[in-house]
Amino acid sequence: MDLLRFITAGSVDDGKSTLIGRLLYDSKNILIDQLEALEKSTKNRTDGSVDLALLTDGLRAEREQGITIDVAYRYFSTPKRKFIIADAPGHVQYTRNMITGASNASLIIILIDARQGVVEQTRRHSIIASLLRIKHVVVAVNKMDLVDFSQDVFNNIVIDYNHVAERLGLKNITYIPMSALDGDNIVDKSARIPWFSGKPLLEYLEEVQIDQDVNLTDPRFQVQVVIRPQTEALHDYRGYAGKVISGVYKKGDKVTVLPQGIQTSITSVETGGEEVAEVFAPQSAVLQLADDIDISRGDTIVKTDNQPRVNNELEVLLCWMDDKPLISGNKYLLQHNSRLVRAMIRQVDYKIDVNTLEHQPVEGQVKLNEVVKAVIKTAVPVVYDPYDVFSEYGSAILVDETSNSTVAAVLIQN
Amino acid sequence: MNHSYQLNYLEQLEAESIHIFREVAGQFEKPALLFSGGKDSITLVHLARKAFAPGKIPFPLVHIDTGHNFPEALNFRDNLVAELDATLVVRKVEDTIRQRHLTEPKGKFPSRNWLQTYTLLDTIEEFGFDCCIGGARRDEEKARAKERIFSVRDEFGQWNPKLQRPELWSIYNGRIHKGENVRVFPISNWTELDIWNYIRKENIPLPSIYFAHERQVIEHEGQLVAISDYVQPDETDVVLTKKVRYRTVGDMTCTAAVESQAATLEEVINEIVATRISERGETRIDDKVTEAAMEDRKKNGYF
Repeated sequence: MDLLRFITAGSVDDGKSTLIGRLLYDSKNILIDQLEALEKSTKNRTDGSVDLALLTDGLRAEREQGITIDVAYRYFSTPKRKFIIADAPGHVQYTRNMITGASNASLIIILIDARQGVVEQTRRHSIIASLLRIKHVVVAVNKMDLVDFSQDVFNNIVIDYNHVAERLGLKNITYIPMSALDGDNIVDKSARIPWFSGKPLLEYLEEVQIDQDVNLTDPRFQVQVVIRPQTEALHDYRGYAGKVISGVYKKGDKVTVLPQGIQTSITSVETGGEEVAEVFAPQSAVLQLADDIDISRGDTIVKTDNQPRVNNELEVLLCWMDDKPLISGNKYLLQHNSRLVRAMIRQVDYKIDVNTLEHQPVEGQVKLNEVVKAVIKTAVPVVYDPYDVFSEYGSAILVDETSNSTVAAVLIQN
Repeated sequence: MNHSYQLNYLEQLEAESIHIFREVAGQFEKPALLFSGGKDSITLVHLARKAFAPGKIPFPLVHIDTGHNFPEALNFRDNLVAELDATLVVRKVEDTIRQRHLTEPKGKFPSRNWLQTYTLLDTIEEFGFDCCIGGARRDEEKARAKERIFSVRDEFGQWNPKLQRPELWSIYNGRIHKGENVRVFPISNWTELDIWNYIRKENIPLPSIYFAHERQVIEHEGQLVAISDYVQPDETDVVLTKKVRYRTVGDMTCTAAVESQAATLEEVINEIVATRISERGETRIDDKVTEAAMEDRKKNGYF
C-alpha cells in the first residue's frame, strides 16, 4: 500500500468541500460521532440538510462565513492506498494557501462547475499547478446534475480546458463528469452518466501510477545534523544524518561534498542505527564517509559523477506570501531545505499574471499573492537543481529575518 | 529501474517524521519532547530514537503530570526512560495549582486537562525550551487539521490560526523571537490506524492498559469510566466489572474505556478497523463541550 498526496482546488461554490466530504463519506472514512457533530452543526443552519462541506471547514470563522481560509489536511484510506488531501481555498486572496497545499501534492483535482465551464479561477489554479509542476491533473466537471448530465456540455469543457493545458504544458490530464452532491462518479460509477466510459474519481485515485514520480537517478543528500555519540564504544563515530532527496546511495560510492567540492567515499549507509545495503529517496538515513571532512548542516553530498549546480546568483520565480511587500534591495534569508544563507533580491524582472500567464511590468512594490521573476544574490553559493528539472532540489523559501515570517516560495529557474 | 526502490506508506510516514525530528535538532537550541505515556508519544520516542541512532535522543522528555495518571502508564514511562538513558523532566499540575493559587476543578470528573497549559508554560520558561515536540495528529480533530507541523506560539503560548506561516515542500521555518516557542508535530500526517500499524510493524511495547483487562467502571453518558482514587462512584452509580481496554491514555478522570476482548495487538487493530466511532469521540470526556473546544484551547497555549 502506498501513499498519494493530492490537492483539491476550487471554491466552495464549485462544491470542493462537498466533493471531499463525499469522498470521505462514501469510502466510509467518516465515523458516527463525526457525523453526529455534523448533523448538530447543520441544525443551526436554515435549510436543514446535512452539509458535507462542514466536515472540512475547521475553524470557527470558516464555519461562520462558509468559506475555507486555510489549508486543511484530510486523511483517508482504502484497501489500495492511503490518501492525504490538502484542502486549499480557491479565491485569489488565498493564492498563497493554495501554493502551500500544492507544494507537497503529486496530483491536483481542479473543479469546474459544469454550468460555468472554464473560468478565470480554473486558469489560475491550472497556472499554479503548472508553475509547481504537479505531475497529475484531474479535471472534475462537477454539478453535472444541473446540466442534465449533458455529454455536449462535458465535451465542450474538455475542449476548452485542453487549450488551457496545452498552453501551460500540463500533462497527464484526466476528465471526470460528476455530481459531488449526489455522489455521481465519486466512488461508484454513475448510472446517470452512461456515456462516460472512464473511471469514477476514487477508482482513478487508487490506480493512478505514482511510483515513477520519485527521482532515483540524480542522487542528492543534504545533511541535517551530524551524529557524534562520543561514547566509549562509538568514540570516533561521525554520521551525517539527512534525507535522501533523490537517488540511491550505497557503501563504496564515490561522493563529493558541496559546496566545498571535497571528494571522498561512503563507508556505511544506515537507517535507524543499523547498516543497510543501500538507501534511496525519500528515506531518512545516515551516511558515514571515509575522510574526516568539515561538514555541517546544509551541506550536500552527491555522487561525484552527477553534480548539481553551485551558484551565488539565482534566477527565480517568487510567489510572494507576506502582507508586507517585497522591498528590492532588502536582505532576506534563503532557506533551501536545511541550508540557510543570506540573500538579497537584486532585481525584479516582471510579474506573471496568475490568471493569464502574461508577463507584466512591475509597477511599484511586489505584493501578497503576486508571482514575479527575479534575481537573487546569495552571500555564499547555493547547491541546487533547476525546479523544472527537479522540483525537490530547486525549491526554497525566503524568510524575513526581522519578522521571521516565511515571505516567499522560491522556484529556482536557471 | 528496480521496483524494490519503493517505500510503503508507513515507511514514507516514518521517513517524514525522522526528517522533522532532525530539523528540530538542527534548528533549535533547547528542544524538549512532551511525553504523556500514551501510544502517540511512545511512537514519537521510537521515531526520535531512530532519528538519532546510534546517538542518544538529544533532548529531554518532559511529562506535564496532572496527577491523575494511570499507574501502568507511569511505570511504563520510567522503564522507557531508563532503557533509553534519557533525561526525564516531570512537572506537576498540582504544584502549579498550589503555587499559583489556581482553582482546582470540581465535579465528578475533575479534569485538570485545561490547567496543564499553566504548568507547560511555566516549564517552558523554567528551562528556556524554544521548541516542544508533541504527538498531536491532524486526523484527531478539526482544528488540528489546520495546524502547521512547525507551529509558532507567541510568548503566551497562544496559537493564532490566522497568522500561520506558509509551510512549503518539506522546508520548515522554525525561526522565532526570544520568548516565543515552536510546537512541532512530527506525526501530524499519521492517522490512529497508521500509529497502530506502525506499532505492530516495529514491535513497539505499550502499557498494558491498551489491551483488554478487567476493571471496575461506572457508566457516564454512555461512556465507561474507571473507578480510581480520582473518580469515585456516588449513590446513583452502578459499579460494573467489565473487560475493557483504553484507546487513548490521558487522565483517569477524562479518559473513557471501551469494552473489548482484544488481548493482542492484532485483535486491537481489528477492533479499531471495525469501529465506527472516532478516537476522541469514544474516549475523551472533555471534548464534546463545544464544537470549537480544541480551537479555543490551542489559542490559549494548549498542545
